Amino acid sequence: MRVSRWFAQHWVMGVALLVLGYLFLPIAVVAGLSFNRPSSRLSYDFNEFTLDNWRNPCATSDMCDAVLRSVQIGFLATVAATVLGTLMAFALVRHRFRGRSGLNVLIFLPMATPELVMGTSLLALFVSGGVPLGFWTIVIAHVMFCVSFVVVTVKARLSGMDRRLEEAAMDLYASEWQTFRRVTLPLVLPGIVAAALLAFSLSFDDFIITNFNSGTTVTFPMYVWGAAQRGIPPQVNVIGTAMFGIALLLVLASSMRGRKARRAAIATAVPGATSRS
Amino acid sequence: MSALAHVPTASGQPVSPPPAARRGRHRLLPYLLLLPGAAWLFLFFAVPLVQLAAASLYDPTGSLSTGYALTWAFGNYPTALQAYWPQFGRSFLYAGIALVLALLMGYPLAYAIAQKAGRWKNLLLVCVIAPMFTSFLVRTLAWKTILSDNGWLVGLLRDVHLLGPDGRLLATPIAVVLGLTYNFLPFLVLPLYASLERLDYRLLEAASDLYASPLKTFRRVTLPLSMPGLIAGTLLFFIPATGDYINAELLGTPKEYMIGNVIDSAFLVRLDYPQGAALSFLLMSAILVVVFVYLRRAGTEEVL
Repeated sequence: MRVSRWFAQHWVMGVALLVLGYLFLPIAVVAGLSFNRPSSRLSYDFNEFTLDNWRNPCATSDMCDAVLRSVQIGFLATVAATVLGTLMAFALVRHRFRGRSGLNVLIFLPMATPELVMGTSLLALFVSGGVPLGFWTIVIAHVMFCVSFVVVTVKARLSGMDRRLEEAAMDLYASEWQTFRRVTLPLVLPGIVAAALLAFSLSFDDFIITNFNSGTTVTFPMYVWGAAQRGIPPQVNVIGTAMFGIALLLVLASSMRGRKARRAAIATAVPGATSRS
Repeated sequence: MSALAHVPTASGQPVSPPPAARRGRHRLLPYLLLLPGAAWLFLFFAVPLVQLAAASLYDPTGSLSTGYALTWAFGNYPTALQAYWPQFGRSFLYAGIALVLALLMGYPLAYAIAQKAGRWKNLLLVCVIAPMFTSFLVRTLAWKTILSDNGWLVGLLRDVHLLGPDGRLLATPIAVVLGLTYNFLPFLVLPLYASLERLDYRLLEAASDLYASPLKTFRRVTLPLSMPGLIAGTLLFFIPATGDYINAELLGTPKEYMIGNVIDSAFLVRLDYPQGAALSFLLMSAILVVVFVYLRRAGTEEVL
């Protein structure tokens, strides 16, 4: 009886943990294979433990070139998309204007359209316009599909913000620029940073749209795709594991900072709060 | 705000209205803020779709080197569909099966994180997103290792006779569907979690106090209240899964190819732009129809 009640209360959590296991299984495999010395170029099975892949991650130099190129494209696309998207988010939340619903559709649609359709349609445009495919066409495409995600992320932060803080600043004779610089921007910044990180990870990991618009330029996902046919160097798993580790560190650091900032805010707002908490 | 602006100072002297009142000057500001982003989306999202539609009506006898003429060749559509309807149907079939599997896994996961996890909530949430930190392609290749013929999973399934002695997982429809389920599961879980997180636990208690069985509570309270998240999650899962061809390419064989594989080869290998464009446009229309019908039936349009 007690066993069945325990089961009734906890089976959902049990299923959830199993599903999380399913989600993490490939990550564990990637991490494991990063220490593997494969028996042949086309083998995907674990063969022998080695640290060589981590010691020489750039043993296959085209791979590191591809990673570098992905970082460059990701950086450019992130900066452009974050600026464009943040400006649009401000206009949407703070201003009334004509054509708002049409604009919302234009922002929503890229998130709901299959990448395949966006990739092929851009290719059709570039080819008919005689634009040579390469680094810059990839950047253009990445900015396009990142902008919508930036708008949505910044908008969420902005509309959840307390307008009275800005009004208070203005009532205290801060100029519009000062209000923006000292009150609005610091409050929206976490949203902008989150949007930029999202944009970078979308750009860095994009394959389908890039595949159609890259010409002969090779990004990291394009490299992996090509290598899947010729045989994957184990260093690919080193990059995969390192990406996972870096992203996890960033998330942990931001949550630590968030907690610290919240504590500091409470401490300044409520004298004596630190001694209590 | 304006009421506050005219409050006299403590000394009793009226103060001039603070600069906030000067807003009216900025009639043009929203358009200036919107222009760059909207122009980018218009030029590189909307215009290309028109170009794709045009390309799907090009003369099919043209080629990339000789150039294409727009001859309004509507015949491209039936021709393409006739040649590739199996791949087309397979895309929707695989994505549909993967969606059912993902719902069976994702709903308990989202529910557990939202309602049962307590102070572990944020950690578990990070765990859902974390796998996406590793490259999509690298993760999919990892499934190649897991499902490989010499792997422990196939060995185990052969030992318990779920698979025949020569049975395989890799290069079968199972592998492709499993890969699709895996890759898009977080897109389903996150909106679902957001909906379930807002669910008031007291409603569930009330239902059980009024003698509803757990199943009935779920059907009459939990499920309807999680509907917005369920709809958003389903769409975020289904749309990219239908258009995906990475899983079919890496985990399947040409027998499992989806429409994406065909479109990829039409544009990049066979260089048959009219056919590729026609298929691409058909895919988008088919997805839009499915989404529209689904939204009508689900009775919510607020997701859009």
